Order: sequence, then C-alpha cells, then structure tokens
Amino acid sequence: MPLLELNDVCAHYGRIQALDGITLTVEEGEVVTLIGANGAGKTTTMRVISGIRPVSSGKLLFDGDDIKSLRADLRVVRGISQSPEGRGVFPGMTVLENLDMGAYTRKDRKSLGADLDRVFSLFPRLAERRTQAGGTLSGGEQQMLAIGRALMAKPRLLLLDEPSMGLAPQFIAQIFRIITEINEQGTTVLLVEQNAQQALSRADRAYVIETGRIVKAGTGAELLADPAIKEAYLGVA
Amino acid sequence: MPVISTIVLAQGPDWIQFDVEAFVSQFWSNTIDGLAYGSIYALVAMGYTMVYGVLQLINFAHSEVFIVGAYAVFFVLSALGFGPSAPNLSVAALVGDLVLAMLVAMLVSGLVAVALERVAYRPLRRRNAPRLAFLITAIGASFAIQYALFAWRGANPEPAVIMFRPKPVFEIFGATIDSQQLVIFGAAIVLMIITDMFVNRTRLGRGLRAVAQDPDTATLMGVNKERVIVLTFLIGGILAGAAALFYVMKVPAGVQFNGGFILGIKAFAAAVLGGIGNIRGALLGGLLLGVIGNYGQTLLGNAQWTDVVAFVVLVGILMIRPTGILGESLGRARV
Ligand SMILES: Nc1ncnc2c1ncn2[C@@H]1O[C@H](COP(=O)(O)OP(=O)(O)O)[C@@H](O)[C@H]1O
Ligand SMILES: [Mg+2]
Repeated sequence: MPLLELNDVCAHYGRIQALDGITLTVEEGEVVTLIGANGAGKTTTMRVISGIRPVSSGKLLFDGDDIKSLRADLRVVRGISQSPEGRGVFPGMTVLENLDMGAYTRKDRKSLGADLDRVFSLFPRLAERRTQAGGTLSGGEQQMLAIGRALMAKPRLLLLDEPSMGLAPQFIAQIFRIITEINEQGTTVLLVEQNAQQALSRADRAYVIETGRIVKAGTGAELLADPAIKEAYLGVA
Repeated sequence: MPVISTIVLAQGPDWIQFDVEAFVSQFWSNTIDGLAYGSIYALVAMGYTMVYGVLQLINFAHSEVFIVGAYAVFFVLSALGFGPSAPNLSVAALVGDLVLAMLVAMLVSGLVAVALERVAYRPLRRRNAPRLAFLITAIGASFAIQYALFAWRGANPEPAVIMFRPKPVFEIFGATIDSQQLVIFGAAIVLMIITDMFVNRTRLGRGLRAVAQDPDTATLMGVNKERVIVLTFLIGGILAGAAALFYVMKVPAGVQFNGGFILGIKAFAAAVLGGIGNIRGALLGGLLLGVIGNYGQTLLGNAQWTDVVAFVVLVGILMIRPTGILGESLGRARV
C-alpha cells in the first residue's frame, strides 16, 4: 500500500480548474518529484494533499485512509508536513519560535530537544541565528528554516514546494544534499521543483505535470534521459 | 507660574483660548486622571487590535460587546444593593462584590463577542465574502445590538451605581492619586500583561500569532484557525467586560444603549494610534489618548474639546507614522 495516493484528483479556484485529474502515488521511503512549468498545478497539488485547498473530485488516500475531508490541521497530526512555496517563515517570530511552530501538534514535547538538535545539525546556520526574527534571515536561511520547521513535526511524509526557488547556486546544492540526507534518515519526500535537473537526479521516481494533468511518469533516471523532457525542462535543445 | 496667564490668539477667532496656566497647574492631575481613562480605552482597544491582527477585520460591533458588559455590571451591582450613593461596606466585601461584577461582565462580553463571530462573521468567512461585506456586517451588528438594548431598556441611562467614594492615596508632584484611579490603572495594567504573556509565551498564543502573520502556513503547522478566531474574539470580549467595570466606576450613570459608541471610537483610535494589530500598541495608544484628551480639555478650557484634541493629535501622529507608534506587529507584512 502506498503512503500517499491521489486518484483522478480535481481542484478548482472558484471557476478556474487548476487540477484536472491528477493520479500519483508515493511509497514509504521514496523521494518522488513532481516537475512542471509555471502554473501547471504543482503547488495546488501540494495544497490539496496538505488540505489548505479542497479536492473537488477524486480520491486522496494517506496510509490507506481517505483523508479528503480531514481538516488540514489534523492532517499534520496524521504525519503530513509541508514546507510551502515561498517558505512561509513567520516574519515576526524568532528562528526558535518558528521551529517550535513546526512542532505545534506534537504531544511528545519531551523529545523536542533531540529533534531541534537534529535540525541544527542539518542546518548549522539556523543554530547561529536562533534568536533572530525570521523576517530578517536571507532567502537561503529562510528556506532552511522552512524545511527545518516542517521536520519538527516529525512527519511521515514531507512535502517540499520549490525549495530551491530564488536561491544562490551554492545554497541550491546544499538544499538538495540535505533533502537526500533527510530521506536517508527515514522520511518520505514529495518534492516539487522547477530545477528539474537536480530534482530528477535525486528522485527515485518522478511525474511531469502539465496544465493540471500528469503527462509522464517514470524513475528519475528515465526522465532525465527522455529527449522530450530534456528539451522542455532541462534546457537542452 | 507663567507670566502670561491667558493667551488669546492675536489674529485667531476669539472662541479659541489657550489657558496655559491651568494646563501647567493641572498637568500632573490631568496626567494621572488621563492614565485612568486611558486604561479603559486600552482594554477596549485590545479587542479591536487582536481581531484586526487575526482577521484584518474592524469589528465595529466591539463597542457593543463592551456596553453589554456595562449592563452586566449594572445589573450585578444593583442586585447586590449598590445604588446612587456609595455603599457602606468593608473593603473585603467591596472587593468581593466588584470582582464578582467584573467576572460576570467578562463572561457576558466574552460570550457576546463569540456569538457575534458565530452569527455575523463566520458565515461570511465560509463564503469567502469580500472585505467590504464584513465591514457592513460589523456596522449592522453594532446597530442591531444597540437597538436591541434600546428596545429592552429604553433611551434613558440606567440609574447610577456608585461603587465607592475615591479616597486620596498618595501625592506625586503635588497631584493627588486617588484610590479609584489607582484601582483602574493597576487592574488594567495587570490584565494587559497577562494577555501579552498569554499571546507571547503560551502554545495557543503562539498559534494566534501564527494565524495573524500567515494563516495558511499556520494551518500547515497544525493550528486550527477557526479555534484561534474564536479565542481571539473571546479574549477581546473578556477584556472589554473588564473595561466595562472600570467605565461604570468612572462614569456611574453611563450605562445606556448607545454608551459604547464614543468610547468604542476612541478605543479604536487608540488601537490605530499604537499600531493596529499590536497588543502593546493598544496599551500605549489608549494611555496616550486618555492623557492627551485631558490636556486638551484643560488647555482649551472646555470639556467639549477633549475628543477634538485627541483626534487632532491622532491624525498628526499618523501623518508621521502611518502604521501607528509601534507599527503592526501581530499582523503580517502587507503590501
Ligand atoms: N489563488 C489562486 N486563485 C486563482 N487561481 C489560482 C490561484 N493559485 C493558482 N491558480 C491557478 O491555478 C493553476 C495552477 O497553479 P499552481 O498550482 O500555483 O501552479 P504551479 O505551482 O505549478 O506553478 C494556474 O493556472 C494558476 O493560475
Ligand atoms: Mg508553484
């Protein structure tokens, strides 16, 4: 049984249809990436999974259970945690407070210290800035904070929406390295990226989304080698 | 004392006169009394500022949440035998009665605020209504509660309930601080500190700040936004209920169907002055507005000037600092 399963999922913004029958699965332990052009529906897919946008039709299963009508805040309790597009760092909270927000639903408050240490060992920069307001961090630091904060929920499924967006190259490489590390430590990852080259080379499997539909699926390596993908997403003529 | 006792503006209209001598001689007593009034504005301002911080909604009906609390104070104290002359009670018995009246008022105002959210605002939120619809609804709810009170109690103010006769406690710069001013100022500060600590130090308070800064991301953290909204209205209502006790203490015959209107506008102005969405700003704005109103009244020699001066200063400050003195801190960064 896959950890996450979307079957023919549609979603709308008012009358605008953003998702037109998305079908995809994520198995426990995988890194799965979703690539596609701007406006293809990647962010909407993430929002539908985390519950801040409703599903208009189709099936949404997490760990075998239908979560379509489960409130978004309760999906966090179930083990779905998201680092949103644009990072969503709380500007008026310190780095520590932001990380603590990630653990908002956790009952095992005693073990938070260990998880904080884990986040700080993944992102030593955050440890240095722990009392600084989130809004004063650089873009790369905010991205680290958003990922670290999502990890503080101890998720079973980590959703990352364009973690490399707007970052300098040395930060991008670092972020992708850390995603692999997080996955090796046992967290399943669904990664949305426009940086297809890096994303595909780090992913077990990948999906290509175009105007609200999945148009291609395969292993990361297969899609990397696909000529059509090369032309459309990897900037190779 | 200053040489010039009364300056008449050389070219100005003769209905404006500056009584500098009175301003100077009453400076400290005006300051102290202004702080007591300002504490009441500040407590009511908290409700405006917190709801605005979380929902970007100006809850115009908050003045009625407050006045309903004042009715609760009136009824509780009347039932306990208070009336137009100060009762002859031991300090312990008096404190007990006042605390009871305050708790009932907090409960009543808190419930009215939550009911208002449920009945008036939540249905609009469910439908993703535009901001203007919320504003109109807020004004409508304000009138609805006012005229419900009017229909129930009529146009006249309720008979005065005197809680105690203020006694001088100590002097500062030659001005007397009386027991009433001390009670109001002290209790208001304690309540504001508790609220500030709740918002900044507790898990639920942090959830509230998260919703104010970024509602969608707060939801992604597992914060139940609807619960936070109810909590916000509840806290605002509770503080307005406490303010109601102090208001009746200072204005014993002020319990009237439209008695919340002016005070509500001033409290809202106080919230804007301090920086709407900012809890400490509400305190600062409230105290400033109370003090400035008193200064203006003395300087211009007529109580009718109190509000005019307060608002002129408000506009002046907003021209220099458009987001208020402390800025919007509960709120998100806006474009
Ligand atoms: N808040 C919104 N209101 C209306 N339409 C939206 C909104 N967000 C996204 N859309 C539309 O939904 C489609 C998918 O958007 P999105 O999921 O953000 O794409 P991506 O993340 O792949 O760039 C686009 O056509 C976009 O214009
Ligand atoms: Mg997107």
